[in-house]
Amino acid sequence: MALPKYTEPHYRIWHYFYLLICGCVFFFLIAPLFVIFPLSFNAEEFLVFSDGMKRLDPDAFSLRWYKDMIYGTKNPWGLAARNSFIIAIFATLGSIILGTLAALGLSSRHMPYKGLIMAILISPMIVPLIISGVAIFFFMAKVGLAATHLGIILAHIILGTPFVVITVTATLSGFDHSITRAASSLGSSPYNTFMKITLPLILPGVISGGLFAFVTSFDEVVVVLFLAGLDNTTIPIQMWTGLREQLSPTILAVATCLIILSVLILLTAELLRRRSERLRGINR
Amino acid sequence: MSSETGKILTTDGIPLEESLKQAEKKNKIKAFLLVAPLLLFLIITYMIPIGDMFSRSIDDKMVTNMLPKTYKAMETWDGKELPPEEVFEAFYLDYKILVKNKTAGKLQTQLNYEKNGFKSVLKKLARKQKKFEEGNYKEQIMKVHKRWRNVEYWRAIKRRAPSYTYSKYLKGVDMYSNEDGKVVQVSEDRRIHRILWIRTVEVAFFVTLFCFLMAYPIAHLLATLPMKYSNLLMICVLLPFWTSLLVRTASWMILLQQQGIVNDFFVWTGLVADDNRPEMMYNKTGTYVAMTQILLPFMVLPLYSVMKTISPSLMRAGKSLGATPAVAFFKVYFPLTIPGIGAGCLLVFILAIGYYITPALVGGASGTLISNQIAYHMKSTLDWSFASAMGLMLLTGVLVIYWIYNKLVGVDNIKLG
Repeated sequence: MALPKYTEPHYRIWHYFYLLICGCVFFFLIAPLFVIFPLSFNAEEFLVFSDGMKRLDPDAFSLRWYKDMIYGTKNPWGLAARNSFIIAIFATLGSIILGTLAALGLSSRHMPYKGLIMAILISPMIVPLIISGVAIFFFMAKVGLAATHLGIILAHIILGTPFVVITVTATLSGFDHSITRAASSLGSSPYNTFMKITLPLILPGVISGGLFAFVTSFDEVVVVLFLAGLDNTTIPIQMWTGLREQLSPTILAVATCLIILSVLILLTAELLRRRSERLRGINR
Repeated sequence: MSSETGKILTTDGIPLEESLKQAEKKNKIKAFLLVAPLLLFLIITYMIPIGDMFSRSIDDKMVTNMLPKTYKAMETWDGKELPPEEVFEAFYLDYKILVKNKTAGKLQTQLNYEKNGFKSVLKKLARKQKKFEEGNYKEQIMKVHKRWRNVEYWRAIKRRAPSYTYSKYLKGVDMYSNEDGKVVQVSEDRRIHRILWIRTVEVAFFVTLFCFLMAYPIAHLLATLPMKYSNLLMICVLLPFWTSLLVRTASWMILLQQQGIVNDFFVWTGLVADDNRPEMMYNKTGTYVAMTQILLPFMVLPLYSVMKTISPSLMRAGKSLGATPAVAFFKVYFPLTIPGIGAGCLLVFILAIGYYITPALVGGASGTLISNQIAYHMKSTLDWSFASAMGLMLLTGVLVIYWIYNKLVGVDNIKLG
């Protein structure tokens, strides 16, 4: 937004000041993430920029901590990564199935008590995680699922479904229900209609809800802290322990990998959002 | 519907109105069946356990179950003078079983909470009761320790008679019910919880304020810039949003440490001396800075989605009618963004008030919040009923805020990404 030529000087100054503030805020938001990259290649054990790094001396950089992350002795990261992925994938699938079904029901205009049910369904997102953690722990301990993968997966389904419900409901809000009626009137079975008509149209919403559920599960630490035993440590739990005990550069190597993962997720989410808007005929 | 339409019949001979009603009912059931799996799942694994927290927080059956005969005998005792022989006998019989089962220690601890000095009296009784003879237990017990002649100790036992208690809630706000059953505050040096509640609200409030002050200009910029620039800048908001909370907390731990980059920068600018680097982590400063950055996207996104819908011609119209830019902004633009401000502020406030991970890592002792206290009691002291009570107090606060949020904005308006 370039300023018109007739802008008065004091307004011009104010405008540049405003841009400066915005620049600072953007810097504040994004800069902390970029500290991690260079330090994860540090050849030394300290978490500060060594003199060699400041001079860009190649010897000051190494892949030491990445090797440690993958091949290190008593390496907890391999197991943690496997657990994290298994738990996140199953939790995502569960959230998608339960959440999409519920969203389909909720967006029907015949649904009774819509407000109340919506409030219950998205409550895990509003209730502070620590309280969810305590409540879910009591439940899992009672049914004997504490310290099992299944228990953690179920817990993450609880936390992940609200996102799927919200995104799919939003997608369905622009959904033209006459297409499904047209399909039925042409003799398609309800299952067939869902698979061939409804699902392809709401798929972007389903996937982006699924991404939220995946990230929620993959990044979740509070509930897992209560539930996990020694066999079910996840990446966040390992990072949490590492950050509490001693900040080693290996954690930064892991963090770098996680940032790369989040860039990929961001790109996917963005592409999906645009596709969804195109499909729903929303042009901005 | 008029009475005449009621007469219209469908091909099967059923009145149309009825047939439509049936179809409507069928659709209702169909819609409900779709929601049912998730609803049931959440009710069983989530809503009921939260309710369970409540029964746990008021549960006080432990002492009641340990002294069943005593409490039965105490039913007729008015508590004014020393209890009659039956109570002494019942107590002796109950206590004998506890000593035999080696569970007397629990009772000693529990009753000591109620009346200081009870533990030693009970321990002495545990040793001496083996030599008791049958009959006249009142005399025998009172001989063991002179405190048994003090009616206060018997009243203390009686106070634990109900199998439920609200004492955990009182403890959560640094109060307790004293020997006369009055609710009083604990001594000043032991008031830790109220400080935590105040600090939690204070941190949540200021984090929300900082987030608002920082998010408003950039949301405005994002909403007014041409698409190709704003998409690029949006990444600065969305990338932290999608990045692991622990990664972002880790980066703040690196930045804020004493030899960290922020301190290096201050030394370089000459603001602080090299040998006098301020401690920016493990205190409230660390909590504020890290939480503000982590929660900032949650403020930017709702603000952005509201500002995006405001037509720029409104500001131009205001200006063409003679308003200065400042007046046009405050009279035209700002009021239109209030729904976004409400959504963002309440979202950030709710998230901040229940924050756990970041304060635990960068907060130190002076930066921890109520959530940390709950986790501490869950994992370290194992006082689960107290953790439940505090959790429910926090939940009540959040629900009140959520209710306001719902009134102002509506939960259906939450936008993600």
